[in-house]
This record gives sequence, structure tokens and C-alpha cells, in this order.
Amino acid sequence: MAALTDLTIAELTAVLAQKKASALEVADAHLKKLDEHRALNAFITETPDKAREMARASDSRRARGEAGLLEGVPLAIKDLFCTEGVQTTAASHILKGFVPPYESTVTANLWKAGAVMVGKTNLDEFAMGSSNMTSHFGGVENPWKRKGDNRKLVPGGSSGGSAAAVAAYMVPGSTGTDTGGSIRQPASFCGIVGLKPTYGRCSRWGVVAFASSLDQPGPLTRTVEDSALLLQGMAGHDPKDSTSAPLAVPDFVAAARSPDIEGLRIGIPKEYRVDGTSPEITALWEEGIEMMKAAGAVPVEISLPHTKYALPAYYIVAPAECSSNLARYDGVRFGLRVPGKDLIEMYQNTRGAGFGKEVRRRILIGTYVLSAGYYDAYYRKAQQIRALIARDFKQAFEKCDVLLTPTAPTAAFAAGEKMDDPVTMYLNDMFTIPASMAGLPGISVPAGLDKDGLPLGLQIIGRAFDEETMLRAAAALEKAAAFNHRPAGY
Amino acid sequence: MSLDKDTVSRIARLARLKVADEELAPLAGELSGIFAWIEQLNEVDTSNVEPLSSVSDVTLPMRADTVTDGGIAAKILANAPGGAVYIDPADKNAGGFFTVPKVVE
Repeated sequence: MAALTDLTIAELTAVLAQKKASALEVADAHLKKLDEHRALNAFITETPDKAREMARASDSRRARGEAGLLEGVPLAIKDLFCTEGVQTTAASHILKGFVPPYESTVTANLWKAGAVMVGKTNLDEFAMGSSNMTSHFGGVENPWKRKGDNRKLVPGGSSGGSAAAVAAYMVPGSTGTDTGGSIRQPASFCGIVGLKPTYGRCSRWGVVAFASSLDQPGPLTRTVEDSALLLQGMAGHDPKDSTSAPLAVPDFVAAARSPDIEGLRIGIPKEYRVDGTSPEITALWEEGIEMMKAAGAVPVEISLPHTKYALPAYYIVAPAECSSNLARYDGVRFGLRVPGKDLIEMYQNTRGAGFGKEVRRRILIGTYVLSAGYYDAYYRKAQQIRALIARDFKQAFEKCDVLLTPTAPTAAFAAGEKMDDPVTMYLNDMFTIPASMAGLPGISVPAGLDKDGLPLGLQIIGRAFDEETMLRAAAALEKAAAFNHRPAGY
Repeated sequence: MSLDKDTVSRIARLARLKVADEELAPLAGELSGIFAWIEQLNEVDTSNVEPLSSVSDVTLPMRADTVTDGGIAAKILANAPGGAVYIDPADKNAGGFFTVPKVVE
């Protein structure tokens, strides 16, 4: 048998069901990897004791014949999900010492399905970033390196720790959250699968809020089938989140296991052919189209005319929501408090010391665009553009069933590159943000390596609440691309 | 759209963010760069376009206006950064208070 840490979630559940290994053995094997690869800084908090306790409980449940869908599967949780009794930081200094007295719905669902938590992963502060460099707890190192170049690369972000942990075989799967690409872009940078569900598919209750009209939890795994398995465990209607969709959870796993795309219409948006995209990524995209065609799908050129405006509109909408959401960090009820001579000064000192540079920048942008006299010119305008973006997709889906695009315009970059100008960093999410603005599901599938030996992903975007067709297409792409590389040394 | 130091100082005050004086000018530069890039939105004619505030088609659900939770004062106060004061230290769920600096002279 292969090493327990090399197995996928689907394989692990089979091994556990056949009693070839106990959940405790599986947990221990993975905890050892956390030890070995601590230098990656993928975790903010490791929870080995809790993992063993949960694994023992899982073994007892299995012995009683009560095994759940993810029984005994070790998972890493992005440190943006509140976990009862376990410090939750959002990678920010302002949540110093915060121990949630409650559990997020998504993680509660996963534990109900039998999964085991090994730790909380590093991320960009409050999920604001595309490199994991804005974390108060330091950057995360991507397990991949350029051939013949020892420089450390970023894992992408904001779910950088979650992506690195899966790519380094520390866990078979992790949770992330995606506001503008925060699951899909790091998945592409780390050579793994990352799925952002339709807005409303997974509950946001207990997830530290960034931009509430965009935030959506989702899985990061090494295979499409595993993403379907995790999503199956995470999803479901939650009355505690008023934007949670009151819909039954479809059989995602069955969809991922039937990569039949005969006759499926694959939309190729012409506006995604933009300057600044690496030629290798454009070439990989062409290959992806050919692969889908060879598998029986029909490529259709479609147009999403407002694509180029999605990014600047996002950088009004997301900061506006962030400035409102982050108003709660005032040093009164939880987290950091920095004293001042009066209440106002205490607020200012606490927030000035507690928030990092990028978070402060976004709070200021958000406060400005919502302030008197600018609301219509910026915020309302951005919401109107958002309506046009959603309409573009709606019209495109009259002509096709899913879209195929690159996930990110480049492969992983070195820590320190692209750091000088915020706008250059923002451009990383140019291919993921449009679907986020329209609330659509998207999945990044590793499809090849560039000339430096770094992984590149392709993105499949589905119709709202049609993750099943998206998963079928993703499984077909995964099968055709047959990506079986792993980072050297992991 | 270019933002000056005074504007940054004003929005920092609105956002209750302490920003050191020497950071105001660099921040004004960065924010001006971002807003200059955002200006391209003005190329789009949005007259007669309804703004989209939420992508979820569902109407926000209503529920009966009844108490659904409670009796967890100890949990709520557990993270109080200034420490909490309880009405009855022997029964922390009986209720209590967050503490803040004195606001009335």
C-alpha cells in the first residue's frame, strides 16, 4: 500500500472502511508531515491533540457502524473559520487572543461527516491578498520551486496555507474561502484543485467576513473527485445565513465520477485573451480546448463584453463591504485593545495597530467610496457594472453549458515580486473575479507545467447552482490533462 | 481622481484608523493610483442599469420575532479584551458587562 499521506480522500475513506488503517494512524501519519514541513509556514495553529481526540472518536464511530461520508479524513481549516475552543486569527493582529465560543456551520458539517481537524492554515490577513504575504504571521512558502532556482515562491492567496498544505501532502484536503479568486488562484499556483461553489451553496455563518456579497467557502484537494466529496460535506442550507440557498445538496460525487462531456458546449470567452497573460498560459488554454474537444465537447466562442471592468468594479465593491464588516473590530468585545485617552482614541489606536497595510488600504478605499458625495460616483456605479457583468454571463450561458478559461495570468511568483504596486498584485485575479462578481461556481484544475516546471491551472465556470455540470467537465479535463507531477521533495 | 493628504487624514478619521503623519503622503499616492485605475469604469454607460447588490435571487427569509438563543452571557463575555464584569460572579450566565475607558467626565 502507498503511504497514507499519498492517498486521496476517496482512497483514504476506502482504506479506512476496509480497516487497513485506523483514523488515529491516518491522523498520526499526517501530523508527522506537519512536523516535517513546518518551515513552509502553512499553519498558524496546529492542533495535534484535538486531531488525535477526533480520530479516536472517529474510530469508535466506525466500530459502532456509524461512519459518515468523510469518516476519519484529516483536514486543514483556513484560519478564517471559527472553531470552538481553538484560536482563530484571520491572520490579523487585531484578533489577538480570540478563541471562538462557537463553531462555523461549514466546519460543524465537516465534523458531523466524520472529518478530523489537524490545524488552522495561514492566509492573507482577513483574506485580502493574492500572495499570502499580508499575513501577520508571515508568508507561506509554495512547495514548488522553479527548476534550477532556489528562490522561495508564494503559494498564491488568500487561501495560501490551505493550498500549500495540500500540495505538500500534509493533508489530502483543506477548506478555503474565495471572494475574488482566493481558492482558485492558490490552487493554480500549487498544482492542485480548488473549487469555489455558487454564492449561497455553503453557509458563511462563523466565517470571518471580508466582503459579504462575494465570500464563499469551498474545498482545496488534489483531485476533482475529492473536491466533490469535500463540497458534499460542506454544503447545505443554513437558516443562520440569510443568503444561504434553501436548496437540497445534489450528488456532487456522482457528477465528478462521470466525466462524460459528449456534446457539452464549452464557452471560450474572447475577452479573456488579454495582454499580460503569459504565452505559455495562452498555449495551455488552447491545449485545454483541444482536450475537451477530443473528449467530445463542442467549443463555442462567446463574448463577455464587460470583462475588463470586473476588476476595478470589484475594487470598489469588496473594499466597501470590507470597511463596513471590519468596523466591528473596535477593541471592546474581542481581540486586541490598545488604550487611548478616550474611547475614540482607543478605537483609533487599536485599529491602527491591529490592521496590516493592505487591510488598512482597503478600509480607507471602502470608507472613501461610501462617504457622502462619492457613493453614487463609485459604489453605485460599481454595482451597476456588476449587474452588466452578471448579464454578460447569463447571455453567454444561453449558448454554452460551462466556460473554460485560464485560472491566473501567470504561474507562482517569488516572494517580493509584484509587491511595489497594489494594482499589479490585483491583476492576478483578473480571470477569477468576473465569476465572483456574478456569484457563479468556478473550479481550477491543474493542467500542465510551464518551462520553469511550475504548475498552471485552467478554470471551468458553471451556471449558478450547477456545480454538477462543472464537476463533470472538470473531471474530463483532469482525465485528459493527466497532471501527475508533484513538487520535488514532497 | 487624485487624493491629497488631508483627504486621507479625513477618511482615516471616519474609519477610526490611526495613521501616522509620515504615512499620509505615501498612502495618498497609492490610493490615487488605485482610483486612477478605477476611473476606467466611467467608459461604461450605466444609465438605466439597476445596481446589483446581491447575486442571490432568493428573497430574504423572514422568521417569527421570537428569542432563539440566550443564556450564554459567559460565552459572549469570554473574549472581552478589557476583562468583563459579572453581575453574579458565581453565575456568569446571569449577565455582565464589557469594560471600556471612562466616557463621561
